[in-house]
Amino acid sequence: MKAKDIAELLDEPACTHNKKSKSGCAKPKPGASAGGCAFDGAQIALLPIVDVAHIVHGPIACAGSSWDNRGTRSSGSTLYRIGMTTDLTEQDVVMGRGEKRLFHSIKQAIEEFNPPAVFIYNTCVPALVGDDIGAVCKAAEEKWGVPVVPIDAAGFYGTKNLGNRIAGESMVKYVIGSREPDPLPEHTKDLPYKIHDVNLVGEYNIAGEFWHVLPLLDELGIRVLCTLSGDARFREVQTMHRAEVNMMVCSKAMINVARKLNESYGIPWFEGSFYGITDTSKALRDFARLINDPDLSERTEALIAREEARIRNELVPWKGRLSGKRVLLYTGGVKSWSVISAMQDLGMVVVATGTSKSTEEDKERIRELMGKDTKMIEGGSPKELLAIVEEYKADILIAGGRSMYTALKARLPFLDINQEREFGYAGYQGMLELVRQLALTLESPVWEQAKRGSPWSSNTRRSKSKAQLASVAEAG
Amino acid sequence: MVDIIKRKKALSVSPLKASAPVGASLAFLGINNAIPMMHGSQGCTAFGKVFFVRHFREPIPLQTTAMDQVSSVMGADENIVEGLKTLCEKSKPNMIGLPSTGLSETQGADMKGAVKVFRDKYPEYSQVKVVPVNTPDFTGCLETGYAAAVLAMIKELVPAAEEGKSKTGQRRKQVNVLPSAMLTPGDVEIIKEMIESFGLRSVVLPDLSDSLDGHLTEDSFSPITIGGMAVNEFETMGESIATLTIGPSMYKIAELLHKRTGVPDYRFDHLMGLDNMDSFIQVLHEVSGQNVPETFERQRSQLQDAMLDTHFMLGQTRFAMAGDADLLKAFGDFVVSMGSEVVTAVVPSKGEAMKSIPAQDIKIGDLEDLEKLAGERRAEILIGSSHAVASAERLGIPIIRAGFPQYDLVGGFQRCWVGYRGSRQAVFEMANILLNNNQHEIEPYLSPLAQKPEYRDEVA
Repeated sequence: MKAKDIAELLDEPACTHNKKSKSGCAKPKPGASAGGCAFDGAQIALLPIVDVAHIVHGPIACAGSSWDNRGTRSSGSTLYRIGMTTDLTEQDVVMGRGEKRLFHSIKQAIEEFNPPAVFIYNTCVPALVGDDIGAVCKAAEEKWGVPVVPIDAAGFYGTKNLGNRIAGESMVKYVIGSREPDPLPEHTKDLPYKIHDVNLVGEYNIAGEFWHVLPLLDELGIRVLCTLSGDARFREVQTMHRAEVNMMVCSKAMINVARKLNESYGIPWFEGSFYGITDTSKALRDFARLINDPDLSERTEALIAREEARIRNELVPWKGRLSGKRVLLYTGGVKSWSVISAMQDLGMVVVATGTSKSTEEDKERIRELMGKDTKMIEGGSPKELLAIVEEYKADILIAGGRSMYTALKARLPFLDINQEREFGYAGYQGMLELVRQLALTLESPVWEQAKRGSPWSSNTRRSKSKAQLASVAEAG
Repeated sequence: MVDIIKRKKALSVSPLKASAPVGASLAFLGINNAIPMMHGSQGCTAFGKVFFVRHFREPIPLQTTAMDQVSSVMGADENIVEGLKTLCEKSKPNMIGLPSTGLSETQGADMKGAVKVFRDKYPEYSQVKVVPVNTPDFTGCLETGYAAAVLAMIKELVPAAEEGKSKTGQRRKQVNVLPSAMLTPGDVEIIKEMIESFGLRSVVLPDLSDSLDGHLTEDSFSPITIGGMAVNEFETMGESIATLTIGPSMYKIAELLHKRTGVPDYRFDHLMGLDNMDSFIQVLHEVSGQNVPETFERQRSQLQDAMLDTHFMLGQTRFAMAGDADLLKAFGDFVVSMGSEVVTAVVPSKGEAMKSIPAQDIKIGDLEDLEKLAGERRAEILIGSSHAVASAERLGIPIIRAGFPQYDLVGGFQRCWVGYRGSRQAVFEMANILLNNNQHEIEPYLSPLAQKPEYRDEVA
């Protein structure tokens, strides 16, 4: 990918990071960076398209360490869980056989799996040696008559966030608009209301959680043309240009998709989340508002009233167990505020939140929700995190799987909120799973046992580590 | 205080109970060069033998007084005398255990009298110990029969200290161990190793880890046990510095041994999980006067770490379990310490441990009761013997095999559940089973509006 193209992607007019001096999509700092690369971001954004053959073009490190490592669920094809890579060898690199190997790889994938499309992810080594994956894809597509989509997202291009955008860009450029939506199913003709088409961008169906939300949309007569990309089919992505509204779910990552669809097809979009009661209701209202169908609005309000009453009732027994508990939230981007509202719905206190991947707008939202003096955590080394836990007397750390063992080693209750998790928290129904998981870890008897020293030694390891934490806190 | 729900129905369906004479035989099998001889019909022994052979996958020395129709009516005491003589003659054991059965008890056998007749008639076998024990099939279960046999052995073979002349502590490095029937040979092996690591030697009554641990010997076949506690050790039990009793079913025995010998008595409900293991190591530390080896500190912190890693899977998990009371107490305490719940606990018969099993109620019953209750209370995982596998299948939940018998599994007898290490392995196993069972998967929702042609057949 040309430097000019990368710069263009970074300069995302719809992104609020852009309003400040280029603070957004910050350059990674050598020696002090955590988080994935552009390839990681691109793969994560598109891998949940379940019926596509996803081929990673590069040596083994890229696919080898990452394939089948996601919590996203499919209601049909499981092709996405089969790892495919060109697994480049030294010979391939030195002799320049990468392109040839890629070409044959595409053939093999098509013959073996008969996918509706093949996605090719470029990685650092072929990008450096100059494999022209665009040309290979084009040639392969012509030869075998199956769409072959290049996703030029070598790791060194930038961060995971950039990778998300490259993925979105590739969809806009090569896939969206290449097919018209299916006609509405027969049974909808008898319905007393109109069916509206929408897209969800950035919803990954982690642990199948979107299946908590989708029935509600069905009930309202909202047809999801495509979720980019949870449980999506290639043929759904092709039709995204015909939606009446796009919802950006929980992430700015593919904001360029929403913007470009807005520019090219005039599709309005809004940003929302399905975490928590408040946000779920808000998202449903926003659909109705942007679709601008008074009948839909009316039915939406009725559904919200019914669902909220039901779930609040079911949450009553849990609230007493959780309210007042202090949460340290350490997640990126939009989740930094979307989860706050879910916690607040439960009467929990969010004492601090991570904002390293949040935009200015996200931060503004956080301030709205939590007050001006909210502790925002920009950095995020395990040590810093634990120092904040100590300082703010947090009862639980809610973060991505990577932080799990940081918490556990410090004998701190933990909830995994990122994409590798095994439980679905979205929608009204997801709140029940969320409270269950929160109570499970908070109330577990293992914490007391893990903190206890052995009876035969005046074991002070625990108190020592507390002292260490305190000193870190002071230093910080 | 837990609610004890007694047996209400006439029929026992899919029985959970193994009989007391089988338990008594098991205890005798933990003595070296010994053989149990059930006083009953041939079938009593044959069934017991098959039960153990399938579980341990070992030849099991077990004999019978072979009561027939005539002796059952006219008196079978002579069968005992003859049986004892034959065993002494043919197999030269150091000890013969003599559990009674339902048949002989109903008939009204006088085992003590018969043993006396044997002694008078065959003085040449006076060095062979004979321990009769009353274990009618219609009372108790495997656990109580086992305990009864241990109690009988102590009464019969451990000399009472004379007034004011306790020999306690004369053997400064020796501790007695009274392991309950819930402990596998693998468990006992580890318990012995832990004791040894404090520079102590253990006298384990009975020592199944030496007889039924499944090892090859030079001799191809032996009609009597090929390991276990040596018979002459009974004499020295009064000289130990401490007795460590594991399992509530053995507490009465601990009390008797203490009264008889004055040896200080330490009791542990079980050795699963952090709490009980901490107390156990602490006692070894105090009794031996030795420092706790560093390896225990490390294993302990490994267990703590494993508990944290696995609490996500085990927290709020609903367990159903069936087995003898000691076993349920151990597993119950253990899973509750992980944040799980015991929603169903079924014991075959009353047991000392019963009232402290951490469940809302304890059902005295069978595997049908287990299945019914576990289903009603939405249990997610089962703990029980091989007999409970079918129940687990019908319930559609996974099972962890523990207790007797385990015939559809190799090496169940050697499984080590105790100690910091055994506990760690146990939490890993339970967590893995739950992980692979996908208990909390969200059902795919097939939207009738979706542009997914593959739905059409299913939705229509």
